[in-house]
Amino acid sequence: MEEDRKPPPAQPMGAIEDVEVRGHIIDSLILPKVLDGITAAGGTFRITDVAIGHDRADPSYARIEVQARDAAALAAIMAAIADHGAVPVHGGDASLAEADMDGAFPEGFYSTTNQRTEVRRGGQWLAVDDQEMDCGIVVDAATGAARCLPMTDVKRGMPIVTGHVGVRVFPLERQEQGHAFAFMNSAVSTEKPKGVVIREIARQLHANRRGPGRSLLVGGPAIVHTGSGPLMCQLIREGYLHKLFAGNALATHDIEQALFGTSLGVNLREGTIVDAGHEHHLRAINRIRRAGSIRAAVESGVLASGIMHDCVKYGVEFHLSGSIRDDGPLPDVVTDAIECQRIMRRQIRDVTFCLMVATTLHSVAVGNLLPANVKVVCVDINPSTVIKLNDRGSFQTVGLVTDVEPFLRALVAEVTKLES
Amino acid sequence: MARLGGMAAAPRILMCPPDYYGVYYVINPWMDVARQADHAAAVDQWRRLCEALTAAGAEISLVGPVEGLPDMVFTANAGLIYRKRAIVSRFRHSQRQGEEEHFRRWLSEHGFETIDAPAGHAFEGAGDALFCGDTLYAGYRQRSDAIGHQQIGARLGVRVLPLELVSAHYYHLDTCFCPLSADAAIWFSPAFDEYGQRVIRANIPRLIDVEEAEAQCFACNAAVVGRTVITNTGCPRLHEQLREAGYAPVETPLNEFVKAGGSAKCLTLRLDGEEAAAWREQAGVGD
Repeated sequence: MEEDRKPPPAQPMGAIEDVEVRGHIIDSLILPKVLDGITAAGGTFRITDVAIGHDRADPSYARIEVQARDAAALAAIMAAIADHGAVPVHGGDASLAEADMDGAFPEGFYSTTNQRTEVRRGGQWLAVDDQEMDCGIVVDAATGAARCLPMTDVKRGMPIVTGHVGVRVFPLERQEQGHAFAFMNSAVSTEKPKGVVIREIARQLHANRRGPGRSLLVGGPAIVHTGSGPLMCQLIREGYLHKLFAGNALATHDIEQALFGTSLGVNLREGTIVDAGHEHHLRAINRIRRAGSIRAAVESGVLASGIMHDCVKYGVEFHLSGSIRDDGPLPDVVTDAIECQRIMRRQIRDVTFCLMVATTLHSVAVGNLLPANVKVVCVDINPSTVIKLNDRGSFQTVGLVTDVEPFLRALVAEVTKLES
Repeated sequence: MARLGGMAAAPRILMCPPDYYGVYYVINPWMDVARQADHAAAVDQWRRLCEALTAAGAEISLVGPVEGLPDMVFTANAGLIYRKRAIVSRFRHSQRQGEEEHFRRWLSEHGFETIDAPAGHAFEGAGDALFCGDTLYAGYRQRSDAIGHQQIGARLGVRVLPLELVSAHYYHLDTCFCPLSADAAIWFSPAFDEYGQRVIRANIPRLIDVEEAEAQCFACNAAVVGRTVITNTGCPRLHEQLREAGYAPVETPLNEFVKAGGSAKCLTLRLDGEEAAAWREQAGVGD
C-alpha cells in the first residue's frame, strides 16, 4: 500500500461568494459604492448579472461575484458591503439523502464534474475533496467533510448530496488565468510548435522534481517498441518521473528487452527479427511469474535493466492494469478493473503533472480520474487519441501529435539543458 | 395650498405628550443620564411647539404616552406614512422596541393600513425615510438598514435613494436633512458620505446648507407646515436663508429634547404626508 501523500495545495484562488443588491442602486450610487467597497478592502469582483429598471420607480438588480484572498478577507468584505444592502445569494444548504443500498447512489444524486466543487452545509461552503468527474458527493456524517465518491464505493447509509442546490462549481478559467500552456489555444494540432511545448513540459517536470507535486507517466508499449526505453530510464534515474501507470504490454516488452534484447521479437539495436523471437515476451513473463513479482526479479538479479527495473531501483511507484487480451499476465498486473481504478485514484492524489505517451485506453482511464487542475500532456502518433482525451473535458490537456522516440529524445535534451 | 375641491384640509400631525419623557438610557451621543432633562421645562417646550404648529394651521392628534417609554415622545419614529398605509417601525435598540405596539395600535385605530417593516431589518420610520418629490430619501447604517429601505420602496412602488449616515451625532436622516418642498431641502452635508452628498446634489435642485453650530442645535430637525418652518432656537443663519427663500421660519426652544437627540421634527409625525411629498398633492383622489 502506497503512502498517502497530502495533495499539494491548489493554486491560491482565495474565497468567493456571490452577492446581490437590488433596489434603486444606480441613482443612489449604492452599486458603485458596493464595488468600491470591495476593491477598497482588497477584494475583486465580477458583475455576473445586471438588470436596470426602466422607469424611475423601477428597481434595478445586480449580482456580483466577490473574490478575496481568503475566507477571513472575504468575511470582512461581506460585512462591509452588507451594510449597503449587498447580501449573499445562495439557495441554502445542499440536501443529502442516505444511500439506500451498496454500490448505487440514491436517485437524484448530484453528478460531479472534474472541476473544483464546493457544497454548502450549515451555511458554510465546504471544499469537495478527491475531485473526480462522474462521481457522487458523500458527506462524512462525523467530520462533515465532503468528497467525491465513485458509484461502486457507495455503502448503504452514506449521506449523498442530491440536487443542485447548495453546490457550486468553479470553472477552471476562473481559478487560473492562463496556465503553462495557455498560448496553445487549440488543444490538438499537428501544426504546433513542438519545441515550445516540449520545453514547457520539461519545465513542469523540472519544477515537480523538487516541489510537492508529483509527475505521472501513463505509457504504452510503443515506448519500448520505438527504442525509447533508455530515454525513459534516464528520466526515472534523474528523478523526473515519480509514478508510472501502464498495462501488461509496456512492462512485458520492457522486460523482454532487458532479458533478450528484443521487443516483440525484434532486436532493438539492429532492427532485425530474431529466431524464435516471438516467444521472447512469453518467456519473459514466465520468468517474472517464476520470480513472484517484478520487484522480486529485480532483487534476485533476474531483471537487471530497463524501465521496470529502474522503477524498482529508484522508487517510482508503478501500477499495471490488466486487460482481456493480456498474455500471462505479469504477476504485478491487477486484473480487477474496479480495483485498478481504486489504486490509481489513491496514487493520483498528489499528482500535478501527467504525461500520457502512446496509449489510448490507459490515457482515457486516467483522464477520467484526474481533477481538472492537473496539467496533462498527451503525446501520440495518432491524432484521434489526443482528440478523444480532449473531448472528455480535460481542460488542461495539451495534445501533441508526434512519434514517441523523437519526443522523448527532445524532452530529455530539454531537461538536461534546464539542469545545467 | 390648493386642496381637493378647494377645501383646504388641515395638515394633521401626531404627537405624544412628554409625561414620561426623560433621559433614562443612552442610545445616541446626545444622551447622558447625568445630564437629565428638566421635566417641567420639557413639558413647557412641548406645549409651545404644539402652539406653534397649531398657529401654522396644523391639527394635532395625540397618542397616549406610556410609562417606561420615554422616547415615545418622538413620534416621527412611529412609522412611515404613505397615503393610507403606515410602515410601522422596527427599532434598532431594545429600549425603544416597546413603542412599536403602541404606535401600531394607534395608527391602525385611526384608519391606516399598518404594515410591518421588513423582517430582520431595522427601520425607524419618518426619522430615516423622508419623501422629497416622488423619491423616498432613506438614511441607513445608524438606525435603519439599506436593504429594508429597498424592500419598502419595492412594496410601495416608489423610488428609494438610501443615504449612508456617517456620524453617530446625526443618527437619523431627519437630524441632518429636511425636505421643504418637492425640489428643496435643508441639509448638513458632513453627515453624509461622499456618495450620499453626490446623490442629494444630483437630485434636489435647491439645497440650503446648514452650518455645523446650527446643525448641533438641530436646525435640520425642522417641522414644516405649509411655508412655516419650525425649529429649535439657535439657528439664526438658517432662518435668514429660509426667509430669503420665501419661507416663514419660527423658532421655539426645544433644548430639553436635544438632550435626548431630538427636536421639532422628531416630536411630530405628519399623518397626511409631508409638505415635500409629491404623492400628497394627489392624495384624496383615490385613497
